Amino acid sequence: MGLALLATACASSETKPSAGDGNGTSAECAAFTKYGKHDGKTVSIYSPIRDTEADLFEKAWKPFAECTGMKITYEGTGEFEAQIQVRADGGNPPDIAFFPQPGLLERFARAGKLKPASAEVKKLTDEGWSADWAKYATVDGTFYGAPLGASVKSFVWYSPKMFTEKGWAVPKTWDELMTLTNTIAGSGVKPWCAGIESGDATGWPATDWVEDILLRELGPEGYDDWVSHKTAFNDPKVVAAVDKVGAILKNEKFVNGGYGPVKSIASTAFQEGGVPITEGKCALHRQASFYANFWPEGTKVAQDGDVFAFYLPGNDPAKKPVLGAGEFVAAFTDRPEVQAVQAYLASAEFPNARMKLGTYVSARKGVDPANAQNPIDKLSIEMLQDPSTIFRFDGSDLMPAAVGAGTFWKGMTDWINGKDTKTILDYIEASWPKS
Amino acid sequence: MDFDFAGELPKLVQLLTGIAAFLVVVALIVLLVDSVPMRWRAWSHATVLLTPALALLAIGLVIPAVRTTVLSFLDGDGRKWVGLDNYAWMFTQPDALIVLRNTLIWVLLVPILVTSVGLVYAVLVDRTRFESIAKSLVFLPMAISFVGAGIIWRFVYAYRSEGQEQIGLLNQIVVSLGGEPRQWLQEPPLNTLFLIVVMVWIQAGFATVVLSAAIKGIPAEIIEAARLDGATPLQMFFRVTLPSIRSAVVVVMVTQSIGTLKLFDIVRTMTGGQFDTSVIANEMYNQTFRYQELGQGSALAVFLFVLVTPIVIYQVRQRREAVR
Repeated sequence: MGLALLATACASSETKPSAGDGNGTSAECAAFTKYGKHDGKTVSIYSPIRDTEADLFEKAWKPFAECTGMKITYEGTGEFEAQIQVRADGGNPPDIAFFPQPGLLERFARAGKLKPASAEVKKLTDEGWSADWAKYATVDGTFYGAPLGASVKSFVWYSPKMFTEKGWAVPKTWDELMTLTNTIAGSGVKPWCAGIESGDATGWPATDWVEDILLRELGPEGYDDWVSHKTAFNDPKVVAAVDKVGAILKNEKFVNGGYGPVKSIASTAFQEGGVPITEGKCALHRQASFYANFWPEGTKVAQDGDVFAFYLPGNDPAKKPVLGAGEFVAAFTDRPEVQAVQAYLASAEFPNARMKLGTYVSARKGVDPANAQNPIDKLSIEMLQDPSTIFRFDGSDLMPAAVGAGTFWKGMTDWINGKDTKTILDYIEASWPKS
Repeated sequence: MDFDFAGELPKLVQLLTGIAAFLVVVALIVLLVDSVPMRWRAWSHATVLLTPALALLAIGLVIPAVRTTVLSFLDGDGRKWVGLDNYAWMFTQPDALIVLRNTLIWVLLVPILVTSVGLVYAVLVDRTRFESIAKSLVFLPMAISFVGAGIIWRFVYAYRSEGQEQIGLLNQIVVSLGGEPRQWLQEPPLNTLFLIVVMVWIQAGFATVVLSAAIKGIPAEIIEAARLDGATPLQMFFRVTLPSIRSAVVVVMVTQSIGTLKLFDIVRTMTGGQFDTSVIANEMYNQTFRYQELGQGSALAVFLFVLVTPIVIYQVRQRREAVR
């Protein structure tokens, strides 16, 4: 349906392949006049987003590109973290990169490779995002780029059907969650399923578990201290939190529905992690909002459907910290057309256009939840826009890459594979860069 | 992407101009060199003809090697001097030590296994009716890239829990023999051996072909003489065949050692270096590009270079002796 919407929206501009020739006056281009005309200019974008999602991005900004007369070349890669470094070092950086890790963005900013965002982008960010979000792309007081997409990680996927049949209720606190887990285990079904295999990045879903629990156990400030290494990685409080995760993930009675023993978590692709829920082989799966994309075809994602998600509860139902992630649009060049693209991506128009095409979440104010293509996106947007929400960014994305994309992922994989908590946390602590 | 030939025309013209200019410059240099008086000609020829090659060697090899060595004494950002810290890291951190241990296992086992498998196979199929088919079969995996082979073997080792349909060949065999399916790639240190099998599978064909050719090169008189003296097949193999093809065995061993030291693809595609299977080249990539620890990555690179050097020197010497 989203495709049909787009096709009609673009029909007139598609008949005229060269957009710079005066159709800027037509009705659908009126909205883009404020970005100016950039006839014949090209802006290159490099990003970790690939395949379908990338196609939808390109469709979403097509009207913008055609009306302003510019060409946007997009390249998605599965090796973004390594290759962006290679390209920047090799003197061949893209104009714009979508950084999913503020830690990586900070590194490029410190090295003087990134251009500060324009006043326009700064203004759009200040009016569009909460202070939490704006600060992630700010390095030493300089602002480098607006957030783009977002995902909410603090979700537990479940089957509303199964819950109604068995008479289970959605838990409101951690204790209720553990009671439910035991109830389910007692009924002969493995309560949880999980998968952390992700090629190069194997282990990250397990780090999300730890971050979510740490955010609940230590509170937002305590979480910040842990992320910035003011609290040691092998601090007893961290050990306790990881063990709390281990009470679920390393308990043979609780995992891994449909896949095998605890160790099978490490070899199960994260995309397949939650699928056994649809086969009744397990009941719960902690994974981000974007997991809506990975359910088998024909699975209805809705409050009364085959699968849905509830908020991963903490100890106190009154406090609802949310763990999430997103990308930031930073630029290596500051030509006018590049700044125009940055400004457009920072506006509310882009996320609204993108959401109409398919599943997508933005934390921006002015994004209309009614445009969301599935109920989980809608719920995520409402959670992110709720002023009382305490939001925290995925910790491993904020840490130095050696830890955040290295030993933390690797350590959690070894932890699932049998090593004990203290050994793993000592190992990660020792790997924290000295400088 | 549509290719607009007319639109690219200026670039093509540029290219042609470039080639023409290059030819003119080369012609001029040759003329210039030829106009030098006879006495100096050898020197001037050598200088002019060697300079481009040396310059390229410097740009492509010497300068990067020097830069990598310098970087290995700097910190992760490549800014501050840290002395020997990166090397200390390499030889003290438990996970770095596992990487070195794994590389050692690979370098010890792969050349020996590849050579023995190739040799036994070559001897067995030698002068049989199926020789060419048998050799083609063992040589086939050579045509598959390491990444491709890694993906194929990942399926061989694939795991499904007990009771489910096994999609991995190895576990299916285990299950049909009444065993329990195992997660082959997740159990150190055995998983390294399972990865080594892949390398041997790919490379054995190379060894077979080289060694088989060498075996065929043994003079018929020697074999006949040994037969007349009443040598048993085993004696034939150890007293006649093996000594006669010694230099071919060395070539196979040496190429395999170097290839194994550089090994990256198999580990990367099959385990990504997880579960204690990482090797130096894989860790070098991780440290440098993924973790942005330039210093530690460079230290690993330098160490790898140091390890390869003696093997290369040995091979060069061997060749010189062979020439004599």
